Amino acid sequence: MTDSIVFALMPLLILAFTSLAVMIGIAIKRNHLVAAVLSFVGIAASFISLWPAFSAAPARVTALLIVDQYALVYMALILVASAAVVLLSFPYLACRSEHKEEFYLLLILATVGSMVLAASSHMVSLFLGLELLSISLYTLISYPRTEALPVEAGIKYLVLAASSSAFLLFGLALLYVANGSMDFARMVGASPDIAGGFVPLAGMVLVVTGIGFKLAVVPFHLWTPDVYQGAPLPVAAFIATVSKGGVFAFLLRWLWIGGPASRTLLLVFGIIAIASMLTGNLLALRQTNVKRLLAYSSIAHMGYFLVAVVAGGDLGRAAATYYLAAYMVTILGAFGSLLALSSGARDAETFDDIRGLFWRRPLLAAVFTAMVLSLAGIPLTAGFLGKFYVLTAGASAAVWALVMVLIVTSTIGLVYYLRVIVAMFSEPERAQLEVEAPVPGVIFGMTLTVLTSTLLILGVYPGPFWDTIRAAAP
Amino acid sequence: MILLWLIMIPLAGGIASLSIARRNVQAARWLAVAVTGIDLVLTASLWIGARGIGASASSSRWLYEWDQAWIPQFGIRFHLAIDGLSLVLLLLTFLLGLMSVLASWTEIQHRVGFFHFNLLWVLAGITGVFLAVDLFLFYLFWELMLVPMYFLIGIWGHERKIYAAIKFFLFTQLSGLLMLAAIVALAVLHQKSTGSYSFDYQSLQNLPLTPGVARALMLGFFAAFAVKLPAFPVHTWLPDAHTEAPTAGSVILAGLLLKTGAYGLIRFVLPLFPGPVREFAPAMMTLGVIGVLYGAFLAVSQHDLKRLIAYTSVSHMGFVLIGIFAGNETALAGAFIQMVSHGISTGAMFILAGALQQRMHTREISRMGGLWTTMPALSGAGLFFVMASLGLPGLGDFVGEFLVLLGAYRANVSLTVVATLGMIAATLYGLKISSRVFQGPNRHNWSIPDLFPREWAIVGCMAMCLLWLGLYPQSFIGIFRPISENPAQRVAALYTVRR
Repeated sequence: MTDSIVFALMPLLILAFTSLAVMIGIAIKRNHLVAAVLSFVGIAASFISLWPAFSAAPARVTALLIVDQYALVYMALILVASAAVVLLSFPYLACRSEHKEEFYLLLILATVGSMVLAASSHMVSLFLGLELLSISLYTLISYPRTEALPVEAGIKYLVLAASSSAFLLFGLALLYVANGSMDFARMVGASPDIAGGFVPLAGMVLVVTGIGFKLAVVPFHLWTPDVYQGAPLPVAAFIATVSKGGVFAFLLRWLWIGGPASRTLLLVFGIIAIASMLTGNLLALRQTNVKRLLAYSSIAHMGYFLVAVVAGGDLGRAAATYYLAAYMVTILGAFGSLLALSSGARDAETFDDIRGLFWRRPLLAAVFTAMVLSLAGIPLTAGFLGKFYVLTAGASAAVWALVMVLIVTSTIGLVYYLRVIVAMFSEPERAQLEVEAPVPGVIFGMTLTVLTSTLLILGVYPGPFWDTIRAAAP
Repeated sequence: MILLWLIMIPLAGGIASLSIARRNVQAARWLAVAVTGIDLVLTASLWIGARGIGASASSSRWLYEWDQAWIPQFGIRFHLAIDGLSLVLLLLTFLLGLMSVLASWTEIQHRVGFFHFNLLWVLAGITGVFLAVDLFLFYLFWELMLVPMYFLIGIWGHERKIYAAIKFFLFTQLSGLLMLAAIVALAVLHQKSTGSYSFDYQSLQNLPLTPGVARALMLGFFAAFAVKLPAFPVHTWLPDAHTEAPTAGSVILAGLLLKTGAYGLIRFVLPLFPGPVREFAPAMMTLGVIGVLYGAFLAVSQHDLKRLIAYTSVSHMGFVLIGIFAGNETALAGAFIQMVSHGISTGAMFILAGALQQRMHTREISRMGGLWTTMPALSGAGLFFVMASLGLPGLGDFVGEFLVLLGAYRANVSLTVVATLGMIAATLYGLKISSRVFQGPNRHNWSIPDLFPREWAIVGCMAMCLLWLGLYPQSFIGIFRPISENPAQRVAALYTVRR
């Protein structure tokens, strides 16, 4: 093992050791604060070690992992999102009764899994990363194990994720049969367009099924609303950011690793994108629960994201990464605002919980409004520039059908985003049950502030970040 | 740099009045007055300065500009520039801004700080729209004026405010996104032909487009501007939004937001797509004529005073559409004058309607009548603006409509003849307002206070402006013309080739 490989692996190693440290810490003495601080420090250290890794990149670590700039950019996104989730969950967990410490352990393991996905270049590392992520998520989703909804959501996710993993595994096996290699580069080089035949095609279809499930795109989306609703708020935020981020990093690499992606696959993803944009936005119209609404909106956003993926090219890939970053910031902010409203008894999730928020807590409402506007793609927010880049990529690649669907569906999407805003700005009808959540601490407020400023900076001054992404094309 | 200040002052003023209003509501109002007043004075000083420049230097396209790199990877620049067209529209913007702050002095009693925040931010967005000559920046401001307007309608509006606000937002957003797609496509085409992205107004004008592409892109732009204008089939958001909005909202909607649509057509559609403009001109003029007549006839049959005024806007903006697509300078100048004077006359009508509603708590025309006996000043003012709106010579609207018809006659005789019927219909609704609301017996025995000094000031100021426009329109056409030569001449040249 040379030095450069050690440096390249440093972020993953540090995080893996952090999980061990947290576990040992719990074994010695249970302390919520210590566990949280330990996890945060580990994540921060891992983030800092990205710089030495950057100078060592690109480095190939065995046949399984490739640590290049692309992987590092995604790792950075994943780590930032994970750190934000840790910061946002602390006050949430603090006012709850169950054991709190293992939450961070699982969170870090899942983050490691997601980072492995970002760096994977081989079927084995893909599967390892995915399972590490999923198995931690089963537990995280049903973490409040005395309540009915989270347990139901956890079991639902367990059954569906396990079967989708089985699909994926079978698909990978078929691809291996067809190509005789588990390396992505060689695997896609013999894509069905060129090689033809039933076996690789079936393999591709099964892999797409597995990936589609993780991303929650139509028609593999059915678990999303229930899991978002049932999972504790920080976990829902985690699924929307870290989990999807890793899978996306893999998808982009897999599709474009050996030159242009196969046309059949792009067609499939194009259809999935259209279906996701339409279904997500239309079904979100009927939701009365903000968590479910965000779940359906996430389906739609994955559709927008796929538009950039299908458009491809350097521009499309950079646009996709930018969109993901913007989405991560936005959705973390949105879930963070809901977290700020949640009491120890239950999560804030209905429209009644946010009604009249602007007149009660104007700052929090302003943050939430900014996040919702960003989801809707209104200028000055990161979401707008993300959408702009996706549109530019789509127009460059002349995928006009996708672009038009994007335009129409994001107008539909506006209807329910506006409903959320209307609720916040309407007069509170009655002196509500008003189990006013405790005003969260300084760190929580700072996290939300940082997220909001990032949202605005990404929306107003995207130049430097865009350059970083462009330099790190896979 | 001064152009940037024009935008930053209302933005900063909005935040300031939001924070001041917690302690002192009245101070927030005065602050809004000061902000709009300062911008008005700044713009007026630009105008005075421009009279010197306009005569001598024709070298530069713009009177003033401010240009900074913004997102270099995509050739997006923070490029603001002002010419005669935007200068006059900016004057209108800050004048109506000031008037709407004054008009809501007593009407808005709760959430005063947030109200003025939104009001000033709408004005900043509109200012940006009139100043931006980078298409990306233009789209940004285009959207930026939407959100605060949505809040103005949705929070301080009347009975069906949420419905109206959402409808307004959706119409504008969908059409705006179509425009964004067209803008992006232009930039991508620029990249394909020259190797670099550009959203710059002038470099995109020189972009060679195939006719099919130009047609598609032109329709993308037209969608956004037609909705704002509004042109006939996509006008349905307008009556709802205007009726439900608070007075200031109605004034800004009718006086300024509609103008951004017409402005976009003149600024962007005419010079960027001369070919398709010529091709579609008869169709667009037909839409304009339909708007003129349809708006007028619907206005006649309304029971709600604000709704009636709203429909007259559809009718008046139909003339603007005809003028823009008639393809000669006379009609374009007419459209320009019509934009300004419609902003003032309709704005004034909405202010009067708001004053009536605040006193009588109704907008139903059948509940009014005979108001002249109890409030002669307000009724007199009402009559004045009704006359302006139906095109009485000597007032601004007459000049606009007359020039439009004069120019349109050269382009298309039959359409012009039909459009002239719109003036008759205008007389119908004008008389309906004055006879049913102000004249006749006071059947409901209204006894309400007449105009307050503050309202006197508003009404007087706006009436003076209309007189100025009507009696000495040259002061506006003069500054518009040297600048309008560019788009108008190009279009006019195309028309002469065609004959």
